[in-house]
Amino acid sequence: MTPPAPAPEAASAEAPSLEVAGLAYAYPDGHQALFGVDFRIGRGERVALLGPNGAGKTTLVLHLNGILTAGAGTVSVAGLPVGKRHLAEVRRRVGIVFQDPDDQLFMPTVREDVAFGPAAAGLRGAELEARVREALEQVGMAEFADRPPHHLSFGQRRRVAVATVLAMGPEILVLDEPSSNLDPASRRELADILRSLDVTVLMVTHDLPYALELCPRSLVLSEGAIAADGPTRDILADENLMRAHRLELPFGFDPRTVAAGA
Amino acid sequence: MGAGHAHRLYRRGDSPVHALPPHCKLAAVLCFVLVVVATPREAMWAFALYAALLATVAYAARVPAGFLLKRLLIEVPFVAFAVLLPFVAHGEQTQVLGLSLSVDGLWGAWNVLAKGTLGVAASVLLAATTELRELLLGLQRLKLPPLLVQIASFMIRYGDVIADEMRRMRIARESRGFEARGVRHWGVLAKSAGALFIRSYERGERVHLAMVSRGYAGSMPVIDEVTASRAQWSYALTLPLSALAVCLLGWFL
Repeated sequence: MTPPAPAPEAASAEAPSLEVAGLAYAYPDGHQALFGVDFRIGRGERVALLGPNGAGKTTLVLHLNGILTAGAGTVSVAGLPVGKRHLAEVRRRVGIVFQDPDDQLFMPTVREDVAFGPAAAGLRGAELEARVREALEQVGMAEFADRPPHHLSFGQRRRVAVATVLAMGPEILVLDEPSSNLDPASRRELADILRSLDVTVLMVTHDLPYALELCPRSLVLSEGAIAADGPTRDILADENLMRAHRLELPFGFDPRTVAAGA
Repeated sequence: MGAGHAHRLYRRGDSPVHALPPHCKLAAVLCFVLVVVATPREAMWAFALYAALLATVAYAARVPAGFLLKRLLIEVPFVAFAVLLPFVAHGEQTQVLGLSLSVDGLWGAWNVLAKGTLGVAASVLLAATTELRELLLGLQRLKLPPLLVQIASFMIRYGDVIADEMRRMRIARESRGFEARGVRHWGVLAKSAGALFIRSYERGERVHLAMVSRGYAGSMPVIDEVTASRAQWSYALTLPLSALAVCLLGWFL
């Protein structure tokens, strides 16, 4: 997918999709959620962000497109620093898929919902239609374009939610708990779709087998800092690390005996 | 627009009235109602002509009379007041079936009843031939404040979601043996309503977050531009213009 307009500051080809350096953040009530987070994600990588509840995952995600502003440290997307100056461009480049598709899909029909992002960026007419159709085809939902979102199944809504951000031609797709509330078939369909996309993915999840299936690399966020960064299989197999950060595999699941999915 | 979007007032069809752009129909209905209201109440024949005009529209839209009349019933609670007028108004009295009624009150009641019914009938016809989504596009096109259009559009989108949440809360209450039986239980219902409000408020915040993440900056982007040709406008405006002619006759005859 090509970006519709040249970036205000052209992204250099070698810049990683996402670079977070020394990111710290405290909520206005004084609760400190992030204590210096550092990582980078190269173009085309699929990375899982793992961590127990309350580790600061959601806070981190909201920094990636400038909804929250870092107390210290920087976030840059394809070389473009996240800040007040380039907010519109940053939000186009970072596509966040929220956990509840009913929050994400707020327009009366699927088609209008997918069109929302690109239309807000100034796209109109035939170009807009083409973009919407392409995004819906990528998630296999083209024939549902004129349906209202609340008439779709949960899995279908999640797929449309992915399409709404794909339509913006993002540099990086950020998924918050993509497999939550999905039945096994929808879960697999979503995995197939995510694998077929040519886009950088950061997936925030508790679903460790899903992370292993889709993401060769994982980050563990614990108590507001990155506690581990490495191949997903190694992280899941490291029992001490897992126990230290309240991560648990489902009963009977052994990451060492599962064939690599990604 | 698409399937499955129908509300109960809408009646699917492909008549020329259905095909008119929504903003033309909105403007036509608004002008028609204004003309009707401006007609002197003594010109009773004018109201009969208005009714005939609406009947013509209903015929063109292939809306059956029964459908239209049944939906007119919504008016009943509002016109109940008009029935009281002849009994409570002062001034010159007249005898009808042994009852002493105010002449002024009778005219007042007729006025409310006739104009109200025509207005409701016109709105029912509009709703029967226009999808909700289209109505919103029409309002947007007619430059209604965008905030109002957005609120209405979110009501359509989230009405079912919130009703569903309400249903789940009721099931949860009943599963724990609760049954609303009279005043003593109103406290529980009030607390449920409060919880529902807070949940909806929080959902509103999450939706806003999702909107901002996709580049929302205070105004909805234009996705569907509704346009009308001169022919469509003149077709839609036939109704209020004929009504205006009747109205002028009513004033000058």
